[in-house]
Amino acid sequence: MIRECKKVLKPFVLGLLWLLALLWPLLGIHPDGTLSFANAFQVWLYIAAVAFVCVFLYVLNKSGNLDFAARPAAVLHGRVSEAAGRIPAKAWIGLLLGFALIYPQITGRYEQDVAINVLIYICLGLGLNIVIGLAGMLDLGYIAFYGVGAYSYALLNTNFGISFWFSLPFAAVLAALAGCIIGYPTLRMRGDYLAIVTLGFGEIVRLILNNWMTLTNGPNGILGIDPPSFYFLSFDGGLSFEHLYLKKLHYLYYIALFLAVFTIIAVRRLNFSRIGRAWESIREDETAAELMGVNTFLLKLLAYAMGAVFAGLAGAFFSARMRFVSPESFTFLESALVLAMVVLGGMASIPGIILGVMALIVLPEVFREFELYRMLAVGGAMTVMMVFKPRGLIPAKRVGTRSEEKEG
Amino acid sequence: MEYFIQQFINGITLGGVYALIALGYTMVYGVIQLINFAHGEFFAAGGYMGVILLAYMTGAGYLETHPFLCIAGAGVLTMAYTAFLAMGVERMAYKPLRYASRLSLLVSALGMSIFLSNGLMLTQGVFDKPYPSELTHGGFEIGPISVGYLQVIIVGMTAVLLVGLNILVFKTRIGMAMRATAQDKIMSSLVSISSNRIIALTFAIGAGLAACAGMMTGFYYGSVRYDMGFVPGIKAFAAAVLGGIGNITGAMLGGVIIGMVEVFGAAYISGQYKDVFAFIIMIAVLYFKPTGIMGENVDDTRV
Repeated sequence: MIRECKKVLKPFVLGLLWLLALLWPLLGIHPDGTLSFANAFQVWLYIAAVAFVCVFLYVLNKSGNLDFAARPAAVLHGRVSEAAGRIPAKAWIGLLLGFALIYPQITGRYEQDVAINVLIYICLGLGLNIVIGLAGMLDLGYIAFYGVGAYSYALLNTNFGISFWFSLPFAAVLAALAGCIIGYPTLRMRGDYLAIVTLGFGEIVRLILNNWMTLTNGPNGILGIDPPSFYFLSFDGGLSFEHLYLKKLHYLYYIALFLAVFTIIAVRRLNFSRIGRAWESIREDETAAELMGVNTFLLKLLAYAMGAVFAGLAGAFFSARMRFVSPESFTFLESALVLAMVVLGGMASIPGIILGVMALIVLPEVFREFELYRMLAVGGAMTVMMVFKPRGLIPAKRVGTRSEEKEG
Repeated sequence: MEYFIQQFINGITLGGVYALIALGYTMVYGVIQLINFAHGEFFAAGGYMGVILLAYMTGAGYLETHPFLCIAGAGVLTMAYTAFLAMGVERMAYKPLRYASRLSLLVSALGMSIFLSNGLMLTQGVFDKPYPSELTHGGFEIGPISVGYLQVIIVGMTAVLLVGLNILVFKTRIGMAMRATAQDKIMSSLVSISSNRIIALTFAIGAGLAACAGMMTGFYYGSVRYDMGFVPGIKAFAAAVLGGIGNITGAMLGGVIIGMVEVFGAAYISGQYKDVFAFIIMIAVLYFKPTGIMGENVDDTRV
């Protein structure tokens, strides 16, 4: 106990002093030429108290003083997961799907709105998972594909009157094409160069959307996009097709659910296919994968294109739901948010990513009054997660451990 | 022709700022082979610290009585503050991950960048903060070309800092230790160079230079914003890549080139797309000549 305390105490105290020294100038130096301490000290005290509780629990846990609670909890967890394991996975999935299907009947507008958001981000997160989690390429411009999908439907619909369902494949194909265009020149790069180049590409796409006035109407965005519709035969005045626009929120919810389930199934099938295994081999060691006869060039390009397809689908749905698109929805922060979902949940782990999406969409809704602190918490969580639990909340089963990781 | 020369002067000024930021990227990359995503935030933090100190001095009345002393003092304090910030960030977000996979390190750096820019927003507000402009206002004319005093100061200051940095890195013992760490961490630790200290020092120096650039940008554009670090950060990275990452002289050269390209692109091609030119150069350099203008061979884990 004492030994653990000593080890933690020094960095803890130094860190808090460092924080105070950094915080005070930001909060305590006023433009009217006065200095104050109370304000900064109060904020610091809150942070210090929270940090103290965290570190205290950490030390207790490390030294075994929490065993009286931790042991029974572990036993309980084991029993529960054993019992859960006895029910076949299919039953769980059926149960979840059933709940998802009746969800709009038992909830109000607001809950459905949040649920639609969750479903869209599940598509995005799983699409990004193909690029980051499976193929191991850090893509920071992912939201550009989402933007391409959203603008494809918006433009096809407002200019040519093409309906949602016919635009969906176009949006997917255009996004995949954008993925290839962005992917092609970046394929030779790895790691951090790739990250910053994709970031640059993402910004270029946003700037084009923002500045190409004649096509995209610039920062004002595109208004009056049709919601998704159904066709039915009409016999009034001869035979004709009629639109039935699905404006009600729970119809949109079902479409989003359909897209999300489609994405989950597709990504799972991809993950356990020959292609998925090839991607994972590229992630673990590209040179070795190439030596084993994996066509790394094509497969990396395919990872980009497949990732972009799901973003394109989600984007088309986004513009159909909002009935308005503008470049503001496709900033770098959105990319970072999707990345945070993937990273927090666990790269390459489908349940993990769904959990990550839930955490980052539902929690901010629950803690509405702390809305301002949202991105601060996201950024902090990314760093903390990487330092303490780099494989995420629900780690994927098939991630290899590299020798360099074991050292640390 | 006058227009061209005028733009040339603007380009040099902007290029100096980019060069100062790019140095931080290139030095950090030299010692730990990491793109420090939070570097743009050090630049923004410098800009903010400068405006906080100057506003305080204006409010307290010191700025009127001793203007130059005040600005110099604010500059030194700002650089010290940002260096301190960078050392802490390095200790918390990068050091625990020194042997982790590259992806974790990048995500951690990115998280830190988001955290810092939002921290600035929460403590300082979302609106632009104006820099005091009375002191640096004015300039002189050579024929039809007007040169602001501020531009002269920025270019002069940049040159002084660059020369100072070169002396530090190539003529002193600390610089020798830095270069040794950059070449081989294990070997240099065998000759009792503490690589952790050298890395922290590198972060501090890089952040100090970025902070100086942030203050200059604040004076030059008249205001700072919490997200001002993002785009200049990428452009400065482009500059570092263009010059050859890990190469100090290259970063200076790259910064000036990127500044020129941006100014001339905005003047002669399109002002709306001025940010795109730097990105395109970066992508083209990484694609065709990843070692940059002056870089040595890049190991195959990156390119």
